[in-house]
Amino acid sequence: MDLSFSKEEVAFRDEVREFFRNNVPSDTRKKLVEGRHLSKDEMVAWWRILNKKGWGVSHWPKEYGGTGWSSVQHYIFNEELQMHPAPAPLAFGVSMVGPVIYTFGNEKQKQQYLPRIANVDDWWCQGFSEPGSGSDLASLKTKAERKGDKYIINGQKTWTTLAQHADMIFCLCRTDPGAKKQMGISFIVFSMKSKGVTVRPIETIDGGHEVNEVFFDDVEVPVENLIGEENKGWDYAKFLLGNERTGIARVGVSKERLRRIRDLASKVEAGGKPIIEDQKFREKLAEVEIELKALELTQLRVVADENKHGKGKPNPASSVLKIKGSEIQQTTTELLMEVIGPFAAPYDEHGDEGSNESMDWTAQIAPSYFNNRKVSIYGGSNEIQRNIITKAVLGL
Amino acid sequence: MDFDLSEEQRLLKDSVDGLLNDSYDFDSRKKYRAEKGGWSKAVWGKLAEQGLLGLPFSEDDGGFGAGAVETMIVMEALGKALLLEPYLATVVIGGGFLRRGGSAEQKAAHIPGIIDGSKTFAFAQLEKNSRYDLQDVATTAKKKGGGWVIDGEKFVVLNGENADTFIVTARTKGGQRDANGIGVFLVPGNAKGISKKGYPTQDGLHAADVTFTGVEVDADAAIGDPENGLALIERVVDDARIALCAEAVGAMDESLKTTVEYLKTRTQFGVPIGSFQTLQHRAADMFVAVEQARSMSLFATMASDFDDARERATAVAAAKVQIGKSAKFVGQQAIQLHGGIGMTQEARIGHYFKRLTMIENTFGDTDYHLRRVAGGGGLV
Repeated sequence: MDLSFSKEEVAFRDEVREFFRNNVPSDTRKKLVEGRHLSKDEMVAWWRILNKKGWGVSHWPKEYGGTGWSSVQHYIFNEELQMHPAPAPLAFGVSMVGPVIYTFGNEKQKQQYLPRIANVDDWWCQGFSEPGSGSDLASLKTKAERKGDKYIINGQKTWTTLAQHADMIFCLCRTDPGAKKQMGISFIVFSMKSKGVTVRPIETIDGGHEVNEVFFDDVEVPVENLIGEENKGWDYAKFLLGNERTGIARVGVSKERLRRIRDLASKVEAGGKPIIEDQKFREKLAEVEIELKALELTQLRVVADENKHGKGKPNPASSVLKIKGSEIQQTTTELLMEVIGPFAAPYDEHGDEGSNESMDWTAQIAPSYFNNRKVSIYGGSNEIQRNIITKAVLGL
Repeated sequence: MDFDLSEEQRLLKDSVDGLLNDSYDFDSRKKYRAEKGGWSKAVWGKLAEQGLLGLPFSEDDGGFGAGAVETMIVMEALGKALLLEPYLATVVIGGGFLRRGGSAEQKAAHIPGIIDGSKTFAFAQLEKNSRYDLQDVATTAKKKGGGWVIDGEKFVVLNGENADTFIVTARTKGGQRDANGIGVFLVPGNAKGISKKGYPTQDGLHAADVTFTGVEVDADAAIGDPENGLALIERVVDDARIALCAEAVGAMDESLKTTVEYLKTRTQFGVPIGSFQTLQHRAADMFVAVEQARSMSLFATMASDFDDARERATAVAAAKVQIGKSAKFVGQQAIQLHGGIGMTQEARIGHYFKRLTMIENTFGDTDYHLRRVAGGGGLV
């Protein structure tokens, strides 16, 4: 039993840290620290820097451009990325559809899509949720009817993150209306520029535009855009959702935010002294720090287990990561709100990209708090996570 | 980065689990409680036979030179079994003072008796007004001739009624809350001037309130520097806290297991109650609480070897906070999910709840340790 990183791992961490320090554009970093949204160009520019370094799709198999890192190295990379902070690689391409394509796709699909995912030549979005299919995803209704060498797709997706930037979508569609629920679903990819695709923005409570509704009206898609076998899409979706378990705790993000809380709480005064000197506030902060330390250790247990024994059977502790990780992210945004108190109120009508300088340091704190309510809802709500623990771990 | 047990550690775990599986079911425990002193000499003998009482002592002292991980393994197993025997008081605390602060003569005089199971210890530290503050010591040790005279009252001294030897904290100089001027003394359990009032504790262990009136000991009774014992006390109490964290994890593990078992077997409305989602989610939250506690118990165990005393103390305090919170949650939910049967002495679950509750209040509760972490500038 050994909690420390090896000499090689420490050297690796230093290398990664150094790279971020020298290569993440400073405006990009600043916006992230302040909880602002980045423009498409800012994100893509950074991801290309990362890809040029060979770290864009680090966890992919080497033959498709991956690094061959150990689980511990991946952990270090993600942690440093989140703490710097720098934008994580676009999950929809790199973590979701990429692995489905290299695992279940044919040779032509691999060659066609994988390099473009790595370099973000295509921005991908995810067509899973529908208005009537949230937690009960398998009830989805969007259908793809086979006509000759084409699928004709009709239906609606929702909560489609950053679809406004997207070139491509991977979509769960019903290809066999007669089959029961999970059975008749296929995994189909197509261009967002196809005729019949309409994207409508959804404005979220923070005033931001991250998610969209996407409508399909007789969209014609070549059958060669089917990934894997027809009607096996549910299996690929499960594979995809099970793939990124450890990143979801976002320990580095919360660490970085705790730093910001300490920083702001040392500057903002109440009763003639900085808030950080208030005993009750310090205890609240300490409480979150302890929760986060526990989560970090839980995550390391999962990582160390994978490192040594491979990813074969998932560690039961991994189900803890989503629940605690999201709770802590939410608590930290709450604490930031508490620090600025009444100064949380001014709302920046111009949106966060062209922000009013005078509101600079506080403008995004309330929106970020509102926005972070999503983290216990997406990626399988925390209640769904409890269902998973109930069945998979406790056997109830 | 490796959380797996080594081959030897796995063997240790198997052997202690095996021993307690064989000899420590719930009914046996009831019998042991009824024995004189409230615990089983026979079980203590078996622990000695398997070398468990000698685990942390160096090979030079006749022990096995095992580390914090081995103690964690044993304490988890003891927590699962709800062990009544004075392992914490004797091996972890008594042994801890001797190992970490004892002279060669003191080690030679006392460690063999711990290892062979013939002697037990008790730590007389808590005072009426000290609460969790280790440097708040009103009991005095005054020089007399070549030795010391000890006067004062100590409370809730675990294993205090029957211990062969007390380890007593006493002030040799300065004011009641001064960091300097605290000594640690070895005092025979039957020394003249000691009076004891023994009683069972809420969790089925035994403790005593002990009064020292003009108790005379020789100069060699002092462990370490009699005027500067606080660092040693903090060190050994951290050992005890780390051990308690592991014991709590064992007790929580077993509480969760027992509760899940009950949810599967108890039927109402014609179905197992474990099919109800409100109950499932409570159980899932218990699982989360246990895993977070396990992580912090591991962290505290690793922190035992930190070079920096402050870093160690903060890590242990943080662990005690997490364990305290998890233990309260798991204990309370376990009773709720058992329903009425959880309220009875006959069901084992209530005994886990009681032990977990007492652990929270031993050597600093959640609020106390939270203040320590907050005061120390945090963890991140």
